[in-house]
Amino acid sequence: MLSTIYALLFYVATILIVVGVALKVRRYAATPAPLKIPTTPAPTTSGGVVLRMLREVIFFESLFKSNKWIWLFGWTFHMALWLVIIRHLRYTIPGNSPFWLDFIQPFGKYAGFAMVLGLAGLWARRFLVDRVRYISSPSDHLILVLLIAIGLSGLTMKFVAPTDIVAVKVFMSGLWTFQINTLPTNPFLLVHLGLVIVLMIIFPISKLLHAPGLFFSPSRNQADNPREQRHIAPWAAELEK
Amino acid sequence: MADGDTQIPKLDDPLQVPCIKPGSMDGLQPFLAGPEHQEKLGFPGELVPDWKERTLAKMQEMAEKNRAFQVYLDICVKCGACTDKCHYFLGTADPKNMPVARQDLLRSVYRRYFTFAGKYFPWLVGARDLTEDVLKEWYSYYHQCSECRRCSVFCPYGIDTAEITMAARDILAEVGMGQKYANEIIGKVHDVGNNLGLNPKALRATLEDLEEDIEDDTGVSVRLPIDEKGADILLVTPSADFFAEPHIDGLIGYAKVFHQAGVSWTLSSYASEAANFGLFIGNYENMRLVSQRIRKAAKDLGVKRIIFGECGHAWRVAYSYLNTLAGPWDFLDPNYPVPQHILEFTWGEIEKGTLKLDKSKNDHLTLTYHDSCNVARASRMGDKPGGQFEIPRAVIKAVCNNFVDMDPDTIHESTLCCGGGGGLLTDDLMDLRIKGASPRMTALQQVTESHGVTHMAAICAICKTQFSKVMPKYGYDMDSVVSVHQLVSNAIILDGQETEEDATA
Repeated sequence: MLSTIYALLFYVATILIVVGVALKVRRYAATPAPLKIPTTPAPTTSGGVVLRMLREVIFFESLFKSNKWIWLFGWTFHMALWLVIIRHLRYTIPGNSPFWLDFIQPFGKYAGFAMVLGLAGLWARRFLVDRVRYISSPSDHLILVLLIAIGLSGLTMKFVAPTDIVAVKVFMSGLWTFQINTLPTNPFLLVHLGLVIVLMIIFPISKLLHAPGLFFSPSRNQADNPREQRHIAPWAAELEK
Repeated sequence: MADGDTQIPKLDDPLQVPCIKPGSMDGLQPFLAGPEHQEKLGFPGELVPDWKERTLAKMQEMAEKNRAFQVYLDICVKCGACTDKCHYFLGTADPKNMPVARQDLLRSVYRRYFTFAGKYFPWLVGARDLTEDVLKEWYSYYHQCSECRRCSVFCPYGIDTAEITMAARDILAEVGMGQKYANEIIGKVHDVGNNLGLNPKALRATLEDLEEDIEDDTGVSVRLPIDEKGADILLVTPSADFFAEPHIDGLIGYAKVFHQAGVSWTLSSYASEAANFGLFIGNYENMRLVSQRIRKAAKDLGVKRIIFGECGHAWRVAYSYLNTLAGPWDFLDPNYPVPQHILEFTWGEIEKGTLKLDKSKNDHLTLTYHDSCNVARASRMGDKPGGQFEIPRAVIKAVCNNFVDMDPDTIHESTLCCGGGGGLLTDDLMDLRIKGASPRMTALQQVTESHGVTHMAAICAICKTQFSKVMPKYGYDMDSVVSVHQLVSNAIILDGQETEEDATA
């Protein structure tokens, strides 16, 4: 019964995050940027734009310029999150995990701590810094709580109260082929997976959209070449007729 | 508010972050545009009865027509990176002057009516209903932003508060709450061709006076031509260059450079304004109409090139938007970028060696340079990114011996706004202008103390006017701000010019 509910929730959440993000991305892509507004100095070629974007995504370049504390906590959290997500592939893909997943495993294991520490730092700022306290809504706190709870429940299973990880793998990898196997009833596991499902569901209707949205930010993704190349939105071209 | 009431902020460091003081700038607002100034631009004369429906309809339209509006309202994570980056926040401590909080004034309404979370859980995501008080709050705080883009440099997603400010002002004008200062000026440009409403006759007389001044001064006849068909270069410059100090000394500088370079050039009375206040009010159609005047003037006069004078937001519209708004420029000489900045031209001539310069003429000055916000963060000069920082400094160093930069965190892309940009250069906002200038003034005071800096050069008509007005509040003479081309003008030796040596010999 419990296994069926979780399986169905995973399917629903997957549909919501995939369709929701796809719709948003389609809308961002379809909406024209009427004017050239890269924040300058900006690269003059599209190759340069790709590099600028990579620096933003990999190193959080602008945030580093802005504030070293936010950068430290935010960058640590995001990079650790990537490691943790990749590590978790071993529990979701069918069959034996490939060698590179085995290689990443020890790093991913301890990245969980870095992730929670980064999140804790970001949350602390929402209480301690008057400016950040002022701009924080309940949802800003709750998303951090959600991520911290996911991290802590996961770490608890890894280091304190292990669940039957083989059974989890059988359950998760079965979902790919619509087989509902038995999910262990370890309470930390149920909380962990339940919160991940919540995170997936809120992704396309919350500020978590910053992940795909960054790639559509005109101040970062436009090349600085307005004198060389005429830029005009379709609706603005209508005005010229 | 009279400027006598303003508390001059005392900062130990230009970027010193204050503790927030909620409400400290509540209610400050510029005069509303009256019906005559609204209607001329195609806006309703006063607040329309169905303001709520029209506001929401306009927001819907913007979300469909402008990617920045849609993406920036969606993706802010409230990380706080921008909170200490706005000069108005640093100078006023009002938390609504933090960029993210300023955006949230509009984002909260966007969320309420256009997002799932805001429709069903408004308390959770800080969404709120649109009321008349909200409109008033928008009017107040979206006129406490100079659209300088400093926040967008530091945002991890490049969210530019200027885009939100422009959108909010456009919405407000569309429901009848336009700003008097900007709308009145745009009306004058539509009617006469420049912000000041100077007609061609007055303009010609001013230029003739200047020609006489230059001849008295140098013994050389330097022309300031206007409406001359067949000239090679059309110079478009802010109309402040025709009458205000120190702007006018810059105009004299351009004329001397053109003279010495031996090029034929002309001003246009029809397009006698470089500034485009359509940018400030965020209205594409008005910005386009103003730009189209330059296209018509270029065609009518048959010029081959267009060069812009020293002006900040004007250079943004010229460099970044002119091709979009009034292009394509296929009827001009393809060997030159369209448009060019006067500093690109002057630097080119200096590199070619056509100008004879005597740096010692500026030895009585020790200079620093204020990067104007929209030149720094919304445009470029020359071929390489960052040319907008290098070229003005290269020109200054070519004509002056004493030059010192201010605190590196307050120049180049991190430059601070003068405090009067983006449509705020009006006396009804003097309190805000004085406070908003404090970070820049503090950076200037530092180099005055450490290096004996006496003057600050700028290349923006608004910066020059703003500084000459607020610098006295910070212990400087009003003429401590100078045009870059004023320095060029001081140093340039025209062919046939009587020099002091000649006079004494």
